[in-house]
Amino acid sequence: MQPLVTIEHVDMRYGGPEGLLAVQDLTLSVAKGEFAAVVGPSGCGKSTLMKLVTGLYIPQGGSVVVAGERVTKPVSIVGMAFQNPTMLPWRTTLDNILLPLEVVQRHRGRLRAHKAEYVAKAEALLETVGLKGFGQKFPWQLSGGMQQRANLCRALIHEPDLLMLDEPFGALDSFTREELWCVIRDLHAAQGVTIVLVTHDLREAVFLADRIFVMSARPGRVIEERKVPFARPRDLEIMYEKEFNDVVHELRGSIADARKAA
Amino acid sequence: MSTPRAGIDWVKAAPWLYTATLFVVWEAAVRAFDIPQYILPAPTVIAGAIVQYWSAIWKNSLQTLYTTLAGFVLAVVGGLALGILVGWSRFIYAGLYPLMVGFNAIPKVALVPVLVIWFGIGTIPAVLTAFLIAFFPIVVNVATGLATIEPEMEDVLRALGARKMDIMLKVGIPRSMPYFFGSLKIAITLAFVGSVISETVAANSGLGHMMLGAQSQFNVPLVFAGLVMLAIEGIVMYAIMAWIEMRMTGWAHRSQTMGA
Repeated sequence: MQPLVTIEHVDMRYGGPEGLLAVQDLTLSVAKGEFAAVVGPSGCGKSTLMKLVTGLYIPQGGSVVVAGERVTKPVSIVGMAFQNPTMLPWRTTLDNILLPLEVVQRHRGRLRAHKAEYVAKAEALLETVGLKGFGQKFPWQLSGGMQQRANLCRALIHEPDLLMLDEPFGALDSFTREELWCVIRDLHAAQGVTIVLVTHDLREAVFLADRIFVMSARPGRVIEERKVPFARPRDLEIMYEKEFNDVVHELRGSIADARKAA
Repeated sequence: MSTPRAGIDWVKAAPWLYTATLFVVWEAAVRAFDIPQYILPAPTVIAGAIVQYWSAIWKNSLQTLYTTLAGFVLAVVGGLALGILVGWSRFIYAGLYPLMVGFNAIPKVALVPVLVIWFGIGTIPAVLTAFLIAFFPIVVNVATGLATIEPEMEDVLRALGARKMDIMLKVGIPRSMPYFFGSLKIAITLAFVGSVISETVAANSGLGHMMLGAQSQFNVPLVFAGLVMLAIEGIVMYAIMAWIEMRMTGWAHRSQTMGA
């Protein structure tokens, strides 16, 4: 299958030729519809990877290709969600979710005339993440977990082909995190969207992803690529099975080695 | 909050109680120590002066209010525009900021003579002094609001193809509004300082001018009457600004009390 994201031999250095080398010879590819996770020690350039794929940074060396096109400017077929939900407090949750449509070229002209259609879509998304009826609430009236759900809706409203998640569940308590794992699992199954999840929670990565990339310490590159064999749909219960824990354990070993090598 | 039991809400009554106490203590002190009127007139004497000179006080109060508000409106327009400009790009920020700090460090009273040379004695120097002194906090606050957009928010929008203009309109400017409306309270009080300074140095009317005239005649109760009028105008304008702030950016205040 045609890969949606291909990164080949990418070097990215911050702050001029003498600056910090964030990633070096980074090579990975993600197939269309796949759920990929990127794990690694802190400071391994995971966030740089996010920005390279979305076209916020253009690498000094190598190439980033998304949907068959080389990335030279921001790519609007990508949705992003970060650990910080960054909802705008003066907008209702619904208006926050509609925000990307006011920006993306393809939608901004249509938004006013087809408002009802877009609102219906946002309401449907809210329902999928379990926030039905919360559209008129302001973000500060929602709990942290609910804000993060709304954040996912905002990342998905313009029907991106690729969803980039940068530790989206990092700041949540463990029960809310498990709930949101299931939300994202079901979204992936239902919408066929390609997802790249940057995380340092190995159990999260193994539970959600089809393939896991382990990155080395800075300068970051992929040191291990691992397929996750478990059949979908996965239940939270698989996290207590021996096979699951073996995978997590091995990954943990790889990352420990990567840290030692640093 | 008030207690559910019937009775007096002491917190709500506090401003009036404290003010009344101040005047009572003042009156009592003047009488007890027999302080001469030309040093410190008693509140009752000041009230008498306000009644006696009411037409002059009223006319000059309106003049001061007028110059202050005119300067304030200019400061809002200019401050908002410059604040957005400064917050817009790092280049403009880096270049203009030291200039503004230096300009703000100049005591505005030192500028009045220059303004008088340019525009003559009267209303215009008062308006301009109020403007010059009031616009700085507005600029700084608006620019701060714009400069502190969350980087994640900017990334999300830029990745979608947003231009700088989109980010400013959708995020930056709404976000800086609480800072802007907050700065209005400071700006209006400063505007009074500016207009009265200018009226005291070079004007034919206004409370500053009136007080200067009263002082030269040793009419101390009238000087104090002017001070009281200034205080009243200041409190009223401050309250209006605080009300506008609450009305326009309620979301910013609610989020502090009800945040998740």
